[in-house]
Amino acid sequence: MTASPKIPLLEARDLVVNFYTRGGVVQASRGVSFQVDYGQTLGIVGESGSGKSVAVQAVMGLIFTPGHIEGGDILFKGRSLLDPAGRKFVRQVRGKEIAMIFQDPMTSLNPVFTIGTQITEVLRHHMGMTKDQARHRAMGLLDMVDINAPEKRLKQYPHEMSGGMRQRVMIAMALACEPRLIIADEPTTALDVTIQAQILELLADLQQRLNVSVILITHDLGVVAQLCHRVAVMYAGRIVEVGDADQVFAAPVHPYTQGLIRATPRLDVVTERMVSIDGVPPDLISPPKGCAFFPRCDQAKKACSRMQALVELGDDRHVSCWCAAKENVR
Amino acid sequence: MTGQAHNRPGDSPLVAVKDLSVLFDAGRAGFWGGKRLIVHAVEKVSFDIHPGETLGLVGESGSGKSTTGRAILGRVPVSEGQIFFQGKEITHAGKNQVRELSRDMQLVFQDPYASLNPRMKIIDIVAEPLLVHGVVKNIREAAKEVARLLELVGLPPDAGARYPHAFSGGQRQRVGIARALALKPRFIVADEPVSALDVSIRAQVVNLMQDLQSQFGLSYLFIAHDLAVVRHISHRIAIMYAGNIVELADRDLIYDAPVHPYTRALLSAVPVPDPPVQRARQRITCPGEPPNPLNPPSGCRFQSRCPYVTQTCRDAAPVLTQRRSGQRAACWNC
Repeated sequence: MTASPKIPLLEARDLVVNFYTRGGVVQASRGVSFQVDYGQTLGIVGESGSGKSVAVQAVMGLIFTPGHIEGGDILFKGRSLLDPAGRKFVRQVRGKEIAMIFQDPMTSLNPVFTIGTQITEVLRHHMGMTKDQARHRAMGLLDMVDINAPEKRLKQYPHEMSGGMRQRVMIAMALACEPRLIIADEPTTALDVTIQAQILELLADLQQRLNVSVILITHDLGVVAQLCHRVAVMYAGRIVEVGDADQVFAAPVHPYTQGLIRATPRLDVVTERMVSIDGVPPDLISPPKGCAFFPRCDQAKKACSRMQALVELGDDRHVSCWCAAKENVR
Repeated sequence: MTGQAHNRPGDSPLVAVKDLSVLFDAGRAGFWGGKRLIVHAVEKVSFDIHPGETLGLVGESGSGKSTTGRAILGRVPVSEGQIFFQGKEITHAGKNQVRELSRDMQLVFQDPYASLNPRMKIIDIVAEPLLVHGVVKNIREAAKEVARLLELVGLPPDAGARYPHAFSGGQRQRVGIARALALKPRFIVADEPVSALDVSIRAQVVNLMQDLQSQFGLSYLFIAHDLAVVRHISHRIAIMYAGNIVELADRDLIYDAPVHPYTRALLSAVPVPDPPVQRARQRITCPGEPPNPLNPPSGCRFQSRCPYVTQTCRDAAPVLTQRRSGQRAACWNC
């Protein structure tokens, strides 16, 4: 890695996260690697239980007992976030240089404090602002996320706002410390479609204007198509395909990616019957030995019972599949 | 799927809803409780559903789509208007009549986790309607019928002996469908049956519902919150906004030639999973949020967000009027 001239903003290497539950050890993240460059939006897409949230929770230090990070590393600007020697660095980075937007703005805002208190708290803690400075900046932030009458809004409690408005407040809080990286974990899943459209436009606009990097966790390929430069597809705790979003959508290589794209209903295409992927995702307490998608795959062959690592296909495109690797290896 | 075959004008509708309004009492406001709060959940909604037809009912949260479905099934009291089933009025059906009607009309719920009792075995869940309606005398008699139903919905024969926790979301939804089918109904209200499911599983359930429809000639009221899934299953689609139907049309007209500005905004809001296409799409965002149902605006409900709003829209509420053949919309300016 030292030979590489360019250090990505954030890099996860072979991240392993296990949860020790009564039912057994849930292998939520089984060697996940990804990187985000400056000013880039990476979409991590996968279905429930694919481990997409766990991967970014590890970045934010939000893995709590019974979960443990048991392997791999996370580097921010080339420095480890998991190294116990770098505690101080980690505290400076998380919440300041890396900010997070959660799925449900009702539960992630504190119901007993006003919006103003919650935003200014961040500013005073991380940026060392005075009360007045912080209030002024908070108004600017609300304005930035298109909330009108910011002065009035600062005095309101979360319950006085609609879901869309609360998500705007969450975005304002995430932007408070001028982060380099924003992690958005299903930011629009709890919202109605027309409100989702508003929030997606806002995120895209802010990303461009502030040139911030974004990791967007979602289960919706449409959201990825609208916002992301790169996309990583997760299945059963592993990334099965990652690459430039346009390329992955235009020519998916992994059979799971292909299936997912086919199964996503499209407004602009008429089909008489929806395409499904037969079967169900595997249990992560005892995942299959080789490729986790093997039991549901229509292109499965013998080699699939052995694990295949991510193989580079060129153009910074990586796929973890025996069929694909054979066809494309040069 | 040739939906048009199902709604020939000569066919008498299976379900007919005429000017249905549902108001909920939300208590009183003010220091002395002098002001009554009334939620206008559904107002003056009319539509027909023909035998073998699927009507997609699409709207965002709070638009009244679920309330409409439940009102038809007699689960919520109707404030105004009439509901007919097979030509018979069932608007204010009593407890006994609702029970009798539930042989013919059933509900499939959204959340396959909350809608199955975790302490009941699958066989007991599916057999319950049979026992309640006296179709079978005891669970042993029901076993054969339950096995048939489970096979019908694509579950393994040994599923009956297990509890809901042993099944995934998609499989649980199949159990919910088997339970709804137990009494051989003619009409099913499916309240967002696939919203809680993952994409790869969603299609399995939608396809199953389509197969069951063609096999038994079922009619569906298929409730959904966006326009992506309903395209595949619906013959006609009704769009609801803040308690009103704003557009009701044959499926393809909704997608190819939408009339109402809200329908267009709703279509534009669903991102297409294809980056170049999505980037090139013309986007109509409607600013703001739906009105407060406690205090809806006079005139058109969509006026506060509509780009084409005029004085007429503020003065009077538009009603559904004929546009193209098979398409009606409620708008003054389009």
